[in-house]
Amino acid sequence: MNKIYSINGPVIKIKDSTDFQIMEMVHVGEKKLLGEVISMSKEYTVIQVYESTTGLKPGEPVYGTGEPISLDLGPGLIGNIFDGIQRPLTAISKTDGNFIVPGTNVKALDESKIWDVLFACKKGDNLSHGDVFAYVQESELIIHRLLVPQGKSGLVETVKKDGKYKITDELVEIVDEFSVKHSLTMVQRWPIKKSRPFSRRLTLSVPLISGQRVIDTLFPIAKGGTAAVPGGFGTGKTMMQHQFAKWCDADIIVYIGCGERGNEMTQTLEEFKDLVDPKSGKPLIERTILIANTSNMPVAAREASIYTGITMAEYYRDMGYHVAVMADSTSRWAEALREISGRLEEMPAEEGFPAYLPSRLSQFYERAGYVKTLNDAEGSVSIVGAISPQGADFSEPVTQNTKRFVRCFWALDKELAYTRHYSAINWNLSYSEYVGDLSKWFNKNVGVNFIQDRQKLIAILAEENKLMEIVKLIGEDVLPDDQKLVLQISKVIRVGYLQQNAFHKDDTFVPLKKQLLMMEIILYLYKRAQYIVKQGFAFSLLTSTGIFEKIIKIKYDIPNDKLSMFDDYYKMIDESLNSIR
Amino acid sequence: MKLQYIGLNEIKGPLVFIDNVRGIAFEEVLEIKLNNGEIRHGRVVEIDDNLAAVLVFEGTNELSLNNTTAKFLGHPMEIGVSKEVLGRMFSGLGSPIDGLGPIYVEKTLDINGLPLNPVAREYPRNYINTGISSIDGLTTLIRGQKLPIFSGAGLPHNELAVQIVKQAKIADKKGEEFCIVFAAMGVKNDVADFFKRSFEEAGVLEKVVMFLNLSNDPIIERLIAPKCALTTAEYLAYEKGMHVLVILTDMTSYCEALREFSSSKGEIPGRKGYPGYLYSELASLYERAGIVKDSKGSVTQIPILTMPNDDITHPIPDLTGYITEGQIVLSRELHQKGVYPPVGVLPSLSRLMKDGIGQGYTRDDHQDLMNQLYASYARVMDARSLASVIGEDELSGIDKKYIQFGNLFEKHYLNQNSNQNRSIEETLDLGWSLLSVLPKSELDRVDEKLVDEFYNQEKAFREFQIDDKIVIHKEAM
Ligand SMILES: Nc1ncnc2c1ncn2[C@@H]1O[C@H](COP(=O)(O)OP(=O)(O)O)[C@@H](O)[C@H]1O
Ligand SMILES: [Mg+2]
Repeated sequence: MNKIYSINGPVIKIKDSTDFQIMEMVHVGEKKLLGEVISMSKEYTVIQVYESTTGLKPGEPVYGTGEPISLDLGPGLIGNIFDGIQRPLTAISKTDGNFIVPGTNVKALDESKIWDVLFACKKGDNLSHGDVFAYVQESELIIHRLLVPQGKSGLVETVKKDGKYKITDELVEIVDEFSVKHSLTMVQRWPIKKSRPFSRRLTLSVPLISGQRVIDTLFPIAKGGTAAVPGGFGTGKTMMQHQFAKWCDADIIVYIGCGERGNEMTQTLEEFKDLVDPKSGKPLIERTILIANTSNMPVAAREASIYTGITMAEYYRDMGYHVAVMADSTSRWAEALREISGRLEEMPAEEGFPAYLPSRLSQFYERAGYVKTLNDAEGSVSIVGAISPQGADFSEPVTQNTKRFVRCFWALDKELAYTRHYSAINWNLSYSEYVGDLSKWFNKNVGVNFIQDRQKLIAILAEENKLMEIVKLIGEDVLPDDQKLVLQISKVIRVGYLQQNAFHKDDTFVPLKKQLLMMEIILYLYKRAQYIVKQGFAFSLLTSTGIFEKIIKIKYDIPNDKLSMFDDYYKMIDESLNSIR
Repeated sequence: MKLQYIGLNEIKGPLVFIDNVRGIAFEEVLEIKLNNGEIRHGRVVEIDDNLAAVLVFEGTNELSLNNTTAKFLGHPMEIGVSKEVLGRMFSGLGSPIDGLGPIYVEKTLDINGLPLNPVAREYPRNYINTGISSIDGLTTLIRGQKLPIFSGAGLPHNELAVQIVKQAKIADKKGEEFCIVFAAMGVKNDVADFFKRSFEEAGVLEKVVMFLNLSNDPIIERLIAPKCALTTAEYLAYEKGMHVLVILTDMTSYCEALREFSSSKGEIPGRKGYPGYLYSELASLYERAGIVKDSKGSVTQIPILTMPNDDITHPIPDLTGYITEGQIVLSRELHQKGVYPPVGVLPSLSRLMKDGIGQGYTRDDHQDLMNQLYASYARVMDARSLASVIGEDELSGIDKKYIQFGNLFEKHYLNQNSNQNRSIEETLDLGWSLLSVLPKSELDRVDEKLVDEFYNQEKAFREFQIDDKIVIHKEAM
């Protein structure tokens, strides 16, 4: 029998054993704590333990399982909350109470629950990996398509009748070319560190719409795309992720709280039960999976949580869904890598992070994409990863390396957050590499001017940025009027457009149509005001009309469903500017 | 029958190594008896087969390789609790030091605690009225929140903490029970004394549990003191239904002790020599705050830390800010101006206030008012830095207005007496009066209706006794 030889925090060693495979899942000690084999030599097998090792003793047994760390995939994921290694937190709270006790052994998916199954195959059908063989209404919003797992294929021999079954019941029996029988149930297992196969990648050409103006207009992300949200503490990373989780137009959200606050997960859970999805009218929780590995939970499971989340996302992608993954925060994951690496006394690269940090980051973000699935449907996984740079300094390794592998960079700015300009996305530092690919979609589906207007906003803001250098030195008063106007209209853009209040009933989510109309009216105001300035009227005449303030408040004053009110504002602009003489 | 082990293999900083041990568990505690009869305490921090690395809480001074006997106790570090802890004073390791003898023990608890299941938590929503405008108005404290004070050497963080304790109406109208758990880590004797005296003056000493590790106490004990405090707090809150306010000071000393431990263990250091797991360590303390669904009680944490060199990007405040639910940052500049409490408004934040203010909690206008005060005060900073370049006289009218607003805001809103207890209405009304000093058109963060209801320039000018000589360009037309 294999026995624990040494214990150092979450890392244990076994001496002189050849029984294990690398990445194998193991059970450690009398309590059967979950662990993973992370390295081996002739002398030692090294295991990272996903639960607290307090109380573990040398000499306690270690049992192999013969498989890598894997998930149970099947109905019951949606609407649920799991920890980093897929233990169901709601079920655990019922058996173990308020605190999470090491060694709990509750099944990830409820095996006693009865589901309504509708079959999609009949005797004689030829099924192979990835084919849909039945449907289950998993939540009010999601139909779970049961997929033939990898390694099983053949002719359908028996099919049960449509009806009520548990996830472990045998539903279909198939016979492969070697006359071996396989039975299909509602659950399949998949290793978390291995990406799930698909038929092929498709190009990204559709945006993932968030209803957040600064994102959708200035720095859009594509369905199947990747984005990083770096920012110091309190700059709004979590709020941004929550806003996405609430309002973005994905079918399914996988929200991973990785090494962050317990209360934030509680809040998400409570809020998503109450909040209603504007499209379907159903509670948001009906399309959400929560993974909570909070900062005080064991660090190795924090590392796993990211993979657990992305694997679930891929599973639903394979059913033909658009899934958005929120990972808050990838820095905590990287730090977990660092901590384990330190315990293994590996040679550190930058700032103590292991040399394989970049490759791990790239493997994670590579799992995003828009694909043709094995069953010929289209699905996507988009990833929005928060980064918590130490000291809010973007030159640190996690930010820098992530930047290489993502195509949207939404840089949150401390100074903007200090002035309560939210979302505190710094428009000078942020970028999206998807704009080109998405232009066609925006111009076709929102309005022909969308991309052009966007460009104009960016140009005005860039000019403001230049002027501010001067203003900081000599003040605003000495600028010529046309430049004063640039500052004035920039303020309208910053306060009236970029700033968005997540707590306001209309402003929290803004449809693309309204985004376009807001841009257009701001640009109209600018054009008209430029004309006034050119005619030589005093600049103060312009500002004293109060029209700029009116336009700033459009975001609150025109409800999302009363867009016809924009006409009144055009009239208002004309009237106030015509009054100048 | 537990085996005893005579002698040590090696002594290295606060660590000792004991060879040929058997059946010892990771994180098990032990007693080390010196030949002179003194007993010290330690914890197993690493085991290699039959060699145990042990951290000695009281330090390894006077230990030698052959003057000790070690006895392993068969369990992790524990503390005995009951409601009798109220009004008592303990060492950092949890032994009574007030001369009143041992307490009755209802229960012994592992001081490491266990992670609270997020499903069992209740999201905190009830605000605590501290009577301090900068907190109530701008960084509202919520019951069950962890809200640290980021301070610097010589700034009045202790006075502020005491004022919060004295004025906070922790017990709500239903008269639910409240208490205070105070843990000192490496603070000077007079600081501990100041707290004790203040609790006495406030007449709450019977409601206070103190864990003291002072600056001349063993350094490694500092790693234990906050865990004893939080274990006690959780017991009082979740098992006895009390509202517990925990004050932990100084977290910087805690982190330094951790660094010392880590380096003696030969671990690869992270930023500024602190171990790579500092974040997880701090989280294992700070996350022990909150409310659970099946209990009336709550744990609210106010950790205090001094920022080395007033540097908020130093790993200790930085990692703290990433874990806690906001921060109250004290400003040396305001302190030097004579403003008390010198709350540096812009970097301060309460993450939970958004759900605990406004209609039904404080007042409708609170959120907008707060946003506007922040935004306007940020503008003050721009105006001031411009003034420092071109001189105040050269500023535009509107910039001058902001300078005036900034000075009044610091003098009347931030500044208050250390025993002044403002009601939330007072604080909110004061905010509006100050905003009314600015031209109406500058209020771009507030709803029009609120402006109509609360903006009153004449009244503000009377209130602050200013005759308005500043001519604003655009209004002159
Ligand atoms: N879009 C927003 N609208 C309004 N308030 C915001 C917004 N984003 C952030 N905030 C404020 O900032 C605080 C901190 O945001 P959070 O997302 O928790 O920061 P981070 O995760 O970066 O530390 C929130 O509690 C909230 O008060
Ligand atoms: Mg966050």
